[in-house]
Amino acid sequence: MTITSAGPTTPLVPAAPPAAPQEPADTVTFTIDGIETSVPQGTLVIRAAEELGIQIPRFCDHPLLAPAGACRQCLVEVWAPGRDGNPAKMPKPQASCTLEATPGMDVRTQHTSAEADKAQHGVMELLLINHPLDCPVCDKGGECPLQNQAMSNGRATSRFVDVKRTFPKPISISTQILLDRERCVLCQRCTRFSEEIAGDAFIDLQKRGAQQQIGTFDTQVLGYVGDAPVGESTEDVSGKPFASYFSGNTVQICPVGALTSAAYRFRSRPFDLVSTPGISEHDSNGSAIRVDHRRGVVLRRLAGDDPAVNREWISDKDRFAFTWQSAPDRLTTPLVRRPGADGSRGELEPASWVEALGAAAAGLRAAESVGVLAGGRLTLEDAYAYGKLARVALGTNDVDGRARPHSDEEEAFLAHHVAGRTLEVTFADLDRAPAVLLVGLEPEEEAGVLFLRLRAAALHHGTRVLSVAALATRGLTRLNGTLLAAAPGTEAEVLDGIVDGADDELGSAAEMLAADGAVVLVGERLAGVPGGFSAVLRLAARSGARLAWVPRRAGERGAVEAGLLPTLLPGGRPVADDAARAELAAAWRVDELPAVPGRSTSQIVAAARDGSLGALVVGGVDPADLPDPALARDALDRVGFLVSLEVRPSEVTERADVVLPVAPPVEKPGTFVTWEGRPRPFPQALVSHALPDHRVLDRLAAELGVDLGLATVNDVHAELDRVGGWSGARVAAPDVEAAEPPAVAPGTAVLATWHQLLDAGRLQQGEPHLAGTAKRPTARVSAATAAAAGVADGDLLAVSTDAGTVTIPVAVSDMPDHVVWLPTNAPGSAVRDTLHADSGTLVRIASAGTTSTITTLGEA
Amino acid sequence: MGTTLTPVLSDRWDAEQSWKLSTYEQGGGYRGLRRALGMQAADVVTMVKDSGLRGRGGAGFPTGMKWGFLPAPDGGPRYLVVNADESEPGTCKDIPLMLASPQDLIEGVIITSYAIGCHHAFVYVRGEVVHVYRRLLAAVAEARAAGYVGTDILGSGFDLEITVHAGAGAYICGEETALLDSLEGLRGQPRLKPPFPAVAGLYARPTVVNNVESIASVPGILRGGADWFKQMGTERSTGHGLFSLSGHVTRPGQYEAPLGITLRELLDMAGGVREGHELKFWTPGGSSTPIFTAEHLDVPLDYESVGAAGSMLGTRALQIFDETTSVVRAVTRWTEFYKHESCGKCTPCREGTFWLAQVLQRIERGQGTPQDIDLLLDLCDNILGRAFCALGDGATSPITSAVKYFREEFEAGCHTPADVLFPPERSALFDYRPRSGAALAGVHA
Repeated sequence: MTITSAGPTTPLVPAAPPAAPQEPADTVTFTIDGIETSVPQGTLVIRAAEELGIQIPRFCDHPLLAPAGACRQCLVEVWAPGRDGNPAKMPKPQASCTLEATPGMDVRTQHTSAEADKAQHGVMELLLINHPLDCPVCDKGGECPLQNQAMSNGRATSRFVDVKRTFPKPISISTQILLDRERCVLCQRCTRFSEEIAGDAFIDLQKRGAQQQIGTFDTQVLGYVGDAPVGESTEDVSGKPFASYFSGNTVQICPVGALTSAAYRFRSRPFDLVSTPGISEHDSNGSAIRVDHRRGVVLRRLAGDDPAVNREWISDKDRFAFTWQSAPDRLTTPLVRRPGADGSRGELEPASWVEALGAAAAGLRAAESVGVLAGGRLTLEDAYAYGKLARVALGTNDVDGRARPHSDEEEAFLAHHVAGRTLEVTFADLDRAPAVLLVGLEPEEEAGVLFLRLRAAALHHGTRVLSVAALATRGLTRLNGTLLAAAPGTEAEVLDGIVDGADDELGSAAEMLAADGAVVLVGERLAGVPGGFSAVLRLAARSGARLAWVPRRAGERGAVEAGLLPTLLPGGRPVADDAARAELAAAWRVDELPAVPGRSTSQIVAAARDGSLGALVVGGVDPADLPDPALARDALDRVGFLVSLEVRPSEVTERADVVLPVAPPVEKPGTFVTWEGRPRPFPQALVSHALPDHRVLDRLAAELGVDLGLATVNDVHAELDRVGGWSGARVAAPDVEAAEPPAVAPGTAVLATWHQLLDAGRLQQGEPHLAGTAKRPTARVSAATAAAAGVADGDLLAVSTDAGTVTIPVAVSDMPDHVVWLPTNAPGSAVRDTLHADSGTLVRIASAGTTSTITTLGEA
Repeated sequence: MGTTLTPVLSDRWDAEQSWKLSTYEQGGGYRGLRRALGMQAADVVTMVKDSGLRGRGGAGFPTGMKWGFLPAPDGGPRYLVVNADESEPGTCKDIPLMLASPQDLIEGVIITSYAIGCHHAFVYVRGEVVHVYRRLLAAVAEARAAGYVGTDILGSGFDLEITVHAGAGAYICGEETALLDSLEGLRGQPRLKPPFPAVAGLYARPTVVNNVESIASVPGILRGGADWFKQMGTERSTGHGLFSLSGHVTRPGQYEAPLGITLRELLDMAGGVREGHELKFWTPGGSSTPIFTAEHLDVPLDYESVGAAGSMLGTRALQIFDETTSVVRAVTRWTEFYKHESCGKCTPCREGTFWLAQVLQRIERGQGTPQDIDLLLDLCDNILGRAFCALGDGATSPITSAVKYFREEFEAGCHTPADVLFPPERSALFDYRPRSGAALAGVHA
């Protein structure tokens, strides 16, 4: 695959073109330290100096935050033309972080002005008088802007012999974020980030003068004691101290060691760390990260700087949820199930690769037919290998990468609109979009950085955000968004209602979406709504808005491009298209490819259960994520032969006949493809013996007598370039009728559900500090629905199906009646596993008492 | 010696129930408003410009010119905000004015609002002075009942609401942009300028922020005309002003006189310095203006002359200190005030006042070091002009000026406590026995 340059053919996933040079704006010519420079109008002097390589010391200044001018470290001497045209010196030194360059200005920094130099030394001395000299034990020591700039722009010795201000240390402003107030220089980067970028103003300045400090809101006033809510706050889902999904960014931008994370505090010294660039594996944004490791252990992750994608921000999940990759239960050797002497199935036992691959190949050969299930977190290279294994070595199209609710309509949508159409909608388009319609997508929960980009677009570019959903979340509120309320299952109906001339909010939505540059972002959850994708395509065609699919997991888009679907081959080639199959067969140097369209994930599970499939190869799938986990477990139990590729033991490995361990992202190079279709290659961070999936599959195929030719990542890339894109006919757009919404009988409601960013997900295990910042699992119903069910705000609500019951506190919300919302996979609310249900399912709701009674029972 | 008092604002302070609307009207009140409502708004602005009225809050910016900075009306709201957050040590003119004759201010607010096209004016009054807050509320209610506030004022078609807002007790909220943030319900800290309040002030709308005395002076200009106003004062500092004499003076109080009067003249009217004592130093305009000494007794108290003599006219808060006063002690108290009131936003003011206070306290205890005076001056240099707003600058003025005139007293602080050199009970105007405490290491420790 060509990631950096275009080859002779169109690459399968072409790299993004370099950013277009910005339109030449009006420029301003002025001098800094005698060097003449021209910058766009409105440029701050401190930025212009950076461009010239002149470093002006600073603390509060951050290029992505609004200027504050609070720390006064960046003072420079400024001369500007007066009324008579002659340069006149401004009487006071100016803060270069708030000063816009004007024509003819003459700026003199510390390098050429004694006044600027003295001013900077003076401010630095004042910053240090109350700063503790605890650099030897401070996390920031070694990478600290205060430390560095005290050396470059400070006095060698201190004149301060008086009493320093001290605070008790540290205070925890959430389970993850700790604050050492005496180290704080009050630059307000953290509070400005929280207010301007994340919209989570849970921290703010408090008190004044030398006692000024960063703090959380008054716990007494808000009903908190320590970190625990009391009284009316008990059921509040939003107001935990600094319960922000983006809080970790404040640690990274803190220019001193005042904000630290519980996970990293006192763990290492920056100069002992080796840094490797990486890509977050947690969502489909492909956020750039920096993996910092020491002696083979990852100690922390930081946000990378990528203006095209995540700017300099990542979600807390991207930052803190990495310990799963080095969990103590990691699979380190292949396992083979050796039948017991008594004829039982026997136990899994460690085996050599030779034995394990041999056993796996033998089992697969013995099975008449094999299905392949792959999870949504694979790299492009690995996804490609699963698809090729199925089609070349196993001779089947029974392969599906969708470990989640899915539909044939969705597959047609992906084949018609998504596969092979990369970078048609990008993050940058959101900035320019007059309106963005979200369908089946909750950006803050399902794509954190997308939320931040949308918020910036909404606040700074006036982008109007619309959301077709069951309720307006706090996230939508912070996007200044408009809810187009839709009970689950009626999304298609609402989408079809967005037509010109409709006299309600749908009419104005149609007007907004008709504007040039409007975008529709549709989430993977729409697969659960019959007719949903058909309606979205109709809307896009009708309005002219561009349409992009934003799946939740990092590997979903790559899987589509790699052809990890039963009716789709790599590059968007339809299985049903003879020419497409022939082209790919030629590229793969095989005679022919299976022409029969394959089974989808649910069909593969069903076929494995009833014996029509004799064996399964499963990689990175958790049965609890599948539409019906009980059915999936049953199928895994019953299937004749099961090969599992996994990083850690799972419900699949424990049922498998052969387990082949594979490398987590940090131990292999690879490529995630973002929802935009942007390839995001990342290098291997840690030295490891673990093998990536494509290499394991290559060796498995070799045992089966087939040379996949995918042994190394370079082999895969070369082949992806050779295969290239598809220019033939695309699959026709789906046209599925919307289903009639179910009749809601008394005592029942329609279920609405989506994943929260922080929940019981497997990739968040081993990070209790992060888990502590998750939202409290809470059900939501409207006031009328609550009254009908006999529950009050804060009571426990029992949501049941024939399969089971979820009982969690309820928050009465502004949302359609006869709908109940649950977090999909929060602790205590495993919707698919417990209820075997999903959005649109009819569930029973009933009061289950109050939380206090449960607490009492628990204590008793 | 020809300067005499010119009571305009203070003219009726001795009347029975001077704060009542009826009293105010009997003395000619609201004639200015009637005249203004009969004029074009732009002509009112021109009249105030012609009068030469300059901001009475300290900076002395021409009031009419400030009004003229508002952008052309765009149909949206524009606001008048009256800065009644009088908190400077020594300054005590607006609070007596609002207490004795609040209708001067209310009428000025209505005229000014008419002139600038404002339909909702705010008076931000210092929170500690609850009695003034109550009196202002009552004054607005009286004016409303009389038809001066509300809709269609005096049949002119002009509408105005006046909201009196009590602050929560922060000196920084006298800084106009911090005041606006506080008024909006935010933390009171100064805003980045530009944009200036005239362009984006209260709720990001064009806003005029004026001092109480400036606004209260407007009705008189409307009644008497610009030329009447210009008869008083000097050529560039026109009109009347309240001069607040306090401290070691025989008859402390408010003396309303033309700008350009001298302290010598004012002291004559006030019965001179305390009996048996002589003037040592004084502040021309509150604690943040550099101090003067007896050599400045004949400096005309107008903006230009005071500036030329090295200080600022400020708020004309003339604090008189006689020879019993320790300048070190006085400056230390002021510095402790600035340390306490620094908002904390910017480094120089927040950390600088914290440090200055400790150095001064050391000198006051007689435990200063020979380097301390240079350290004080260097710290002041590192704060002056480096801070975000003028509060930091103001904190340095008393120190640098005191060292300039009384360096030997600071040098004495290297060996002798201030209360030994200047026993505090001798400065007191009443029977006073200093509390012993750890703060003082001298005879009173």
